[in-house]
Amino acid sequence: MTKLKLLTIAIFAISLGACASQNIPDPEPDGSSAGNGGEFGNTDGFDDGTFGEPEEIPFDSDDGELAMVIYFDFDQSEIRPEDQATLEGHANRMANNGSDSVRLEGHADERGSREYNIGLGERRSQAVRRLLMIQGASAGQISTVSFGEERPVAFGSDEISYAQNRRVEIRYTGN
Amino acid sequence: MTWARSMRNLFSRLTAVLGLVLVFVTSANAQLEIEITRGGGSRVPVAVVPFGWEGASSNAPFDLSDVIGADLHRSGRFRPISADNMLQKPTSGADVDFDDWSILGVEALVIGSVAQTGENAYTVQFQLFDPLRRQQLIGYRMPASRGTMRRVAHRAADMIYEKLTGIPGVFGTKVTYVTAKGNGKNRSFSLIVSDMDGENEHVIMESADPIMSPAWSPDSRQLAYVSFEGNRSTIYVQTLRTGNRFKISSRAGVNGSPAFSPDGRKLVVTLGGEVGNLDIYVIEMANRSARRITSHTAIDTEGTWSPDGRSIYFASDRSGGPQIYKVSSTGGGAPERVTFEGSYNARPRFSADGKKLAMVHLDRGNYRVAVFDLASSELLVLSAGSQDESPSFAPNSDSLIYATRQGRNGVLETVSADGLIRQRLGSSGGDVREPVWSPFPRY
Repeated sequence: MTKLKLLTIAIFAISLGACASQNIPDPEPDGSSAGNGGEFGNTDGFDDGTFGEPEEIPFDSDDGELAMVIYFDFDQSEIRPEDQATLEGHANRMANNGSDSVRLEGHADERGSREYNIGLGERRSQAVRRLLMIQGASAGQISTVSFGEERPVAFGSDEISYAQNRRVEIRYTGN
Repeated sequence: MTWARSMRNLFSRLTAVLGLVLVFVTSANAQLEIEITRGGGSRVPVAVVPFGWEGASSNAPFDLSDVIGADLHRSGRFRPISADNMLQKPTSGADVDFDDWSILGVEALVIGSVAQTGENAYTVQFQLFDPLRRQQLIGYRMPASRGTMRRVAHRAADMIYEKLTGIPGVFGTKVTYVTAKGNGKNRSFSLIVSDMDGENEHVIMESADPIMSPAWSPDSRQLAYVSFEGNRSTIYVQTLRTGNRFKISSRAGVNGSPAFSPDGRKLVVTLGGEVGNLDIYVIEMANRSARRITSHTAIDTEGTWSPDGRSIYFASDRSGGPQIYKVSSTGGGAPERVTFEGSYNARPRFSADGKKLAMVHLDRGNYRVAVFDLASSELLVLSAGSQDESPSFAPNSDSLIYATRQGRNGVLETVSADGLIRQRLGSSGGDVREPVWSPFPRY
């Protein structure tokens, strides 16, 4: 299915709603020039009527088939022993089927800074990637992405939720 | 419905029909409403008299005194008195009776008027008086249109604020932030720009995939951000006026944490590559070539430029937990550690005067916004939440904006750099995060 979803219709509805209740005009460039206080002309109003170039939406951006979720301890990227056998199975499958490819999606819990959490998620993805490669998968079959804390599966601010969010999802993206 | 607004709705309709990814100029009701959570001592009483009006219609098209009064109130330093309590409502200097104001204890008096000079042309004038000394402090006349009236009011408030406090006002600035709404498959992310008072909200970009790390260009014309469209991270730079966006980096692995150089020609970014070793790079906007600045197996990320352009400060966990380091912006030389207090200091952002660094600091189990004084090495914790993040300075270096939690959702707060005045910016819903204060507006 197409991953990109356009939400313009919803926004259109919001902006219609705004019409009725908002009576303060937005800035619009009027080209008037300097007076005592300086120029209020063509600066940074957004509504000057020009459009951006349309950008094509990739058709094939696929969620991929979720094959396995691996969980991690706080601030850790070590793979627990109980997950290693299952991972070895995936590595074997990939080694035996060169057209298989996976995307490793790394995640962190919500604590701390967002971009640093991208780093923690990527570190976890890389731990999985290394294990898959040691056991026979090749680099070309694996891509990684870290979503940091941006895609939690549990929304609570407690250790139970945090533990569910510190994870790597393995998704098959090729056949 | 104004012409501009009806055109905007037409654009929205066209956008939906054409199926563009980029959402351009959509305006919704102001999402952010200001609520002051902590005041710093007593506020100075001031009076902003309703402005006079000379024009074809019976009423002025816009109430500047409301906006100016709200701006001064929002600063946390002033308390505008109610118009009901005013003994007179002068609209020109000749009509001011200073005794009527000093008896009310008003320490600053603002009067003004709007005169129509054409179909959509007006002259706004305002004067600021000190009733005790019976003096005019400043007086200006400015041209305006219906579309620029609000910005004229903010500009007047900025000039009044600077005259009274000695600090440039930031009422005419903007803020960008990210919102997330819905759960699971229905989750959607928006990149928003609004005025600092929450008005004029524009959706810059919408996506079902996460949007992160917005950053202003020094001229406020562009935003850099990270988008996860297509399940990969990509750094974009988007021009606000046109909606055009440019792909800056979509390399394998992590592309993140963009920040513009002071001259606007380069971005400092974090790249991870296929093997996921996050390091700091500088990308030339002109040709998108990347130059490596750090090389370490640790996570190096969240780079930001010093205002003089010479250094890049970043977070690295090379010593264990994340700490702030400094390195030459041209690369070369070993990074030098800057912070030593506490086990977690991340996401540095400079004050415009180059004297302070805002950061996320782990304070007795709570992630809070702190300001680090580069000269004294003193660290001052400014926020009081448990998950506070993404601090950035106002362009006058006098206050900061950041995200905190209210229940499950993120909300925005501002705080004065001395920590005394804190305000919560209410939101109509959704999870609001990653605010960034714009540079000074160009008038």
